[in-house]
Amino acid sequence: MITKLFYSLILSFGLFFSTALSTVVYAENTFTIAYLELKKDPRYKKKRLLARFTGQALGRPFAGAKIAIKEVKYHGADIDTALVLERKTVKKEELSSAVEEFNSKGVQFIILDLPSPETTELIKKFKGKDITFFNISSYDNTLRNEACQSNLFHTLPSHAMLMDALAQFLISKKWRNILVLEGELPEDKQMSSAFQTSAKRFGLKIKDKRIFKLGNDPRERAKNNVTLLTGGNFDVIFIADTDGEYARDLPYQTLKPNLIVGSEGLSASAWHWGWERHGAPQLIKRFIKKNKRLMENTDWAAWMAVKAIATAVQETKSTDYKKMISYLRADSTALDTFKGHASSFRPWNNQLRQTILLTTHNWVVTRAPLKGFLHQENNLDTLGNEERNSKCKF
Amino acid sequence: MFNTFQKTLRSTIKISLIALPMALLAPTFSYAKDTGYIFISSEKDNSVAVLDGKTYKEVKKIETSDRPRHLAFNTDKSKILAACGDGNSIDIIDIAKLKVTDKITDDIEDPEAFDVSPDGKYLYISLEDDGALGVLDIAEKKMIKTIEVGEEPEGVLASLDGKTVFVTSEVANMVHVIDTSTWKVSNNIKVGKRPRRFALLASKNELWVTSELDASISIIDLATNKVKDTIRFKPKGFRKEDVTPVGIAITSNGKSAYVALGRANHVAVVDTSNHEVKDFILVGERVWNIELNKDESLLFAVNGLSDDISIIDTQKNKVIKSVAVGRVPYMAIIDD
Repeated sequence: MITKLFYSLILSFGLFFSTALSTVVYAENTFTIAYLELKKDPRYKKKRLLARFTGQALGRPFAGAKIAIKEVKYHGADIDTALVLERKTVKKEELSSAVEEFNSKGVQFIILDLPSPETTELIKKFKGKDITFFNISSYDNTLRNEACQSNLFHTLPSHAMLMDALAQFLISKKWRNILVLEGELPEDKQMSSAFQTSAKRFGLKIKDKRIFKLGNDPRERAKNNVTLLTGGNFDVIFIADTDGEYARDLPYQTLKPNLIVGSEGLSASAWHWGWERHGAPQLIKRFIKKNKRLMENTDWAAWMAVKAIATAVQETKSTDYKKMISYLRADSTALDTFKGHASSFRPWNNQLRQTILLTTHNWVVTRAPLKGFLHQENNLDTLGNEERNSKCKF
Repeated sequence: MFNTFQKTLRSTIKISLIALPMALLAPTFSYAKDTGYIFISSEKDNSVAVLDGKTYKEVKKIETSDRPRHLAFNTDKSKILAACGDGNSIDIIDIAKLKVTDKITDDIEDPEAFDVSPDGKYLYISLEDDGALGVLDIAEKKMIKTIEVGEEPEGVLASLDGKTVFVTSEVANMVHVIDTSTWKVSNNIKVGKRPRRFALLASKNELWVTSELDASISIIDLATNKVKDTIRFKPKGFRKEDVTPVGIAITSNGKSAYVALGRANHVAVVDTSNHEVKDFILVGERVWNIELNKDESLLFAVNGLSDDISIIDTQKNKVIKSVAVGRVPYMAIIDD
């Protein structure tokens, strides 16, 4: 686990496609946090990044991890240990050998920037091993339920958490009558079904559910023409479009002057560059300075993963795997998310409970849990799966 | 318009009537001293509000650089130094003129909290963007030194003997101890999550540090630089996550500490002899900084999210008045 600093530096420079980042001047030992991503990831295609679809990445989230490793330069001070971040960018078929290589050097904490199917496949191979993964870029509910694994943690909120936040907002405004628009991608369906569950949980009325489709085919105009698709009396139109191209065209093209929520208009987010509280402006400033772009959801989740691991080192005053894991899973754990409310991981599915921001293109309207939404244990558990309805079995 | 003019005229006459005989008795008397004014920085109005110390009516709004936050007097109390975060400036307010007469901008980026060295020469300032403590020569208006500390340094406190400067780092969860003879970090003391502000309890050689995300105060024994006790705040009806202590003030006799509990909208009163929380005083929303007046009969609590201050009678531990001030007030200091 712990190697001498110079030894690790030589090692990491010797590796192909990997880079090590550390900001500590000198320490006796090093502790490495690994970061694994795909060489070709459709989520980060240049054209897609430039389109800036609501809620989608603006760049690789490693940018967030980079900021975090600088913030934690003193977290290992008590045990004379420098925290180092090591990044590997590999092909899909090289994922598991990359994990093995990390592990052979004693690395036990690996941040995964992978789509949900790749994550699911990869973690299965390391079930029961002393390696812990952090999911920072998949909102997939299944990863937190049926496909969960005891060595997979999530700093990014799930669709369920985000949709609960949105439903809390709508019901607190008494905007009850909703039209649901759903895309054809599997993740659209998941987001839509999460919203429908949330609607039931908080008492919204789904008046109708319609499928939308991108295209200009006149035979499918009821699906691809926004005006034709949105007729009827509703308070709000919810759209589940995890791609974003259709949702972008929804506001101002509806039949009636409807408010739009979900993948456009008012969104539920893990993070937003317009957030002004709890030290967020300083973090955002640091991020922009270093990365020359704005900070969004997955950047924050990557930042949070590094911070969570580093906090475990600082609080347990050790780099002992077992000690760190039990710290991360303790209810008393207090992680600083820069969103207010000390956060901790839910022991039943390793999901970080957290504040959710309700955001527009350039502002945070409010945050959930909203005032008045109370929970017997922790108000943050009014968002997402609770222990009683969790399908995760470790 | 006319009314305001009349009022100003009246108060001017009043002041002159009092000031006149005093001026005769003491020729060196400066009318700027002990104005009784309360100065409150407002983060969103880019100004410092000046309230009359008796009526609490606004006397003036002093325009400053963007986002003024921390305020402090210079040693002879003729001026106020105001750290303006977005203006990248330390504005210097002349109390006699009630306006900004000078600015220090050398190498200053996003200044937040600071303290003035006991000899009045240096200003120790946390530079949030750089993760450093800056040492500014006030007379020269130059940054003479920056010392790297944890990211997001916040509270700064100079020891009374001038030998040490303490800085909190919000993200490193630490108090850094800096030796002013070498300008090096001599010690890192781990405290509760997101440490914010300090108060020195000189009689017991203790440093009290508030931790915003830990609902607590860490008490550091300065003889050993170790945390010797932690006080946790549990006001009734609030969960731990709503209790976010920031500001702290200790009475000059060292017997009581007042702690602003942020989101919990209360100020806690602590007995420093046994570390017991004696009372919780209900104030406005998200109370951050608090300030005692000179005779310690009143405590001014600044409420960032209700845009007002609560004035507390320290005998009764009750709010006697709340006064609306600018948008997102940050801190109050009193010239009395």
